[in-house]
Amino acid sequence: MTEKTPVLRLEGIVKTFPGVRALDGVSLTLLPGEVHALMGENGAGKSTLMKVLGGIYQPDEGQIIVDEQPVVMSGPLEAKAKGIVFIHQELSLATELSVAENIYLGELPRKRFGLVDWAQLEANTNKILKKLNVGFNAKTRVGSLSIANQQMVEIARALTVDAKAVIFDEPTASLTDAEKVVLFEVIADLQSQGVGIAYISHRMEEIFKITDRISVLRDGQYQGTVNTADTDEEGVTQMMIGRKLDLSRNESHHELGEVAIEVRGLSCGNLYHDVSFEVRRGEVVGFYGLVGAGRTEIAETLFGLRNPSAGTILMNGEEVTIQSPADAIARGISLVPEDRKGQGLVLGMNCRDNMTLPQVGDLTAGPFVSDGAEVAIFDQYRDKLDIRTPGWRQTVGNLSGGNQQKIVIGKWLSMHPNVLIVDEPTRGIDVGSKSEIHNLIRELAAQGYAVIVVSSEMPEVLHVSDRIVAMYMGRIIRTFTSEEVTEDNLIQAISGIEGGKVA
Amino acid sequence: MKSDNMSNLIKNGAIWGFIVLELIFFQIAGEFWSLSERAFMDLDNMLLLLKQSAPIGIIAVGMTVIMINGNIDLSVGATYALCAIVMLDSMSWPFMESLGDWAIPLAWLFALLTGAVLGLINGIIVWKTGVDAFIVTLGSMLGYRGLVFMYNGENPTYHLNWTMVDIAEWDLFGVETPALVFLAVALIVWFVMTRTVHGRNAYAVGNNREAAVNAAIRVGPHMLINFVLIGFLAALSAVTFYSGSGSVNPNDGMLFELWAITAVVLGGTKLIGGAGSIVGTFGGVIAIQLLRKGLGHIGADTATVNLVIGLILIAVLFLDRQLNVKGKEELKV
Repeated sequence: MTEKTPVLRLEGIVKTFPGVRALDGVSLTLLPGEVHALMGENGAGKSTLMKVLGGIYQPDEGQIIVDEQPVVMSGPLEAKAKGIVFIHQELSLATELSVAENIYLGELPRKRFGLVDWAQLEANTNKILKKLNVGFNAKTRVGSLSIANQQMVEIARALTVDAKAVIFDEPTASLTDAEKVVLFEVIADLQSQGVGIAYISHRMEEIFKITDRISVLRDGQYQGTVNTADTDEEGVTQMMIGRKLDLSRNESHHELGEVAIEVRGLSCGNLYHDVSFEVRRGEVVGFYGLVGAGRTEIAETLFGLRNPSAGTILMNGEEVTIQSPADAIARGISLVPEDRKGQGLVLGMNCRDNMTLPQVGDLTAGPFVSDGAEVAIFDQYRDKLDIRTPGWRQTVGNLSGGNQQKIVIGKWLSMHPNVLIVDEPTRGIDVGSKSEIHNLIRELAAQGYAVIVVSSEMPEVLHVSDRIVAMYMGRIIRTFTSEEVTEDNLIQAISGIEGGKVA
Repeated sequence: MKSDNMSNLIKNGAIWGFIVLELIFFQIAGEFWSLSERAFMDLDNMLLLLKQSAPIGIIAVGMTVIMINGNIDLSVGATYALCAIVMLDSMSWPFMESLGDWAIPLAWLFALLTGAVLGLINGIIVWKTGVDAFIVTLGSMLGYRGLVFMYNGENPTYHLNWTMVDIAEWDLFGVETPALVFLAVALIVWFVMTRTVHGRNAYAVGNNREAAVNAAIRVGPHMLINFVLIGFLAALSAVTFYSGSGSVNPNDGMLFELWAITAVVLGGTKLIGGAGSIVGTFGGVIAIQLLRKGLGHIGADTATVNLVIGLILIAVLFLDRQLNVKGKEELKV
């Protein structure tokens, strides 16, 4: 690489929080026209680094240098003014406003007297949207878009200003493959204009597809930068966690018990149709498909969050109707939801209270909540699931993703369920904790739980499942056993190609 | 997307449908139960209605902005009373008396300034302390009302100036000053909310405050401006009403904040902010005033009127919720 002036340089950034050294002398150089991956386990300090860069946190030591000028970032406003644009992982949109207003939020084009220049706004927006090749226009209300399209709106924001550096924080988390392609084109386009791009993601295949260099953080420390071409997944994983990644299929099977839950001809509006499957005790059934294939909706129906429009659910051979989550819990069905922070946890509450939330009504001593019983439950599952937290008083919001997920799982295990449904168990969780969660799921099956795993990640599904249900557009295309499944036939099935069935 | 538009249309049109319903009902019911000979849907009666709805209407317009912002202002009733006292009392100050009728615009100015300052105080506290607007304005509601009583104890404050009364009762094609002011305020604020950057930002702030912050909208100063606006409008409401009446009781304006909120919510503005419209609020104000007048027309007493309005408010919000549910397969919360 020839000598270019870096668009953005971080030098020896140190940021400490009470008790934690979140960033410990991190340096990073972003060159114009490069895609620079920032990787690390959850809790490694990626988000903190981004917040320092965005001026939300002030660093204790170190410097931010934009165009060889040391700067102090006072907030997102200043960062934007300096040409540094953030694409947040968590959507930051006003859903009641139009697409155009969201894209230009905070900088609507003006005419005299503070009037909005609607014509200009619409023209600018449509130009950007055309580049993104999306199926909506400037006037569409954001709230009526799918999550994936909302993500595209978020991405469109990066194209509004003459950015020097664009920071993508897990932009593909909710995108379909087709939309990813568009996103990568956008990135390539920005790249050719000499914009420096920082790309945060957990998805190795993306990292290797689009990035030029990879920087790795571990426990707040800078582990080094490598050229993407010179390394491979294993190398990066080792830098991140110091051990190897396991991508194998699940081979061992546990002894199967009787059928715990059976579903016959279940349909729910146009979300999914005529779905039938069964799960035995001791078995892990993986549901695999693209975003929008109806997997999560099936899980939500089983947990009583949606009313099916047709079909029956049988538990232990008896037909049941599940009207509400309370019904589901009473029948021993538990759901570890997709959106861990939004649906699974009360982030502001401590670890113990989160874990005992569904049963706190039963844990009473006289009219009061029994502290002792609650702590006992927490201790039991902390040890069982190896949850790493300073103590039960720790607020859940401060834990890493993996430990948060374990709290959710612990919460349901403490209810002694028959059927455990886990939706995207490792979304947003780093590689190290991922395999821990996978092992945990296998272990739970071994103990006789019937487990349903919904996942969008193929390695995960292959790794944990005894059987894999492939879904496409709300229908089950094929059910594989772990012996017959291959990457190829699985991909075919979730793309709606049924040919594999005959073979 | 089409059904989205459809349900939007129903939601936005609902208040007008409700008004038509009220008109028809009272027109017909009036034939049987009314003691007066005049029809309910009489032009003079409707103009009177517009005039009577002005005091709460002007405040409700400001409340819409505040609520779209995701805030609430409970202090408007007290602000209204305090501004009325400032206006009427200032006219009997010695130097004002010497000015003759030129004291009138000055008195108005004092009142409007008072309102703006009271709003400013609310806004600064909300901005700088980060305390919820509900709590802040609950406090200032009590505080401002306290000031009202400190001014003149339990006694009414009065000052009758016939020129001022003439101005207040002046009319344009039968539409009297208060009604004109209400219409003008609604028009101007509607324009601000739909056409200006400030207005659009108000929706963004209320809809997703974090997104607004991320987009570098200065949320604090933005909300401050809106609090000044509602303080000013509460004062303007007092000016239009008391210029005509000339006498203010220390208890005047009580529950105005709740009537204003009722009208705003009836008009489709969300309590949590982010959505709503001035046009809807205008409809809400008219609908409430119609109910009051209509029920009076057919001989119901005030207590019944309040009961009915309360029931209707709950029914409307329930309907709104039903309209927002997208279908049977919707995720239950």
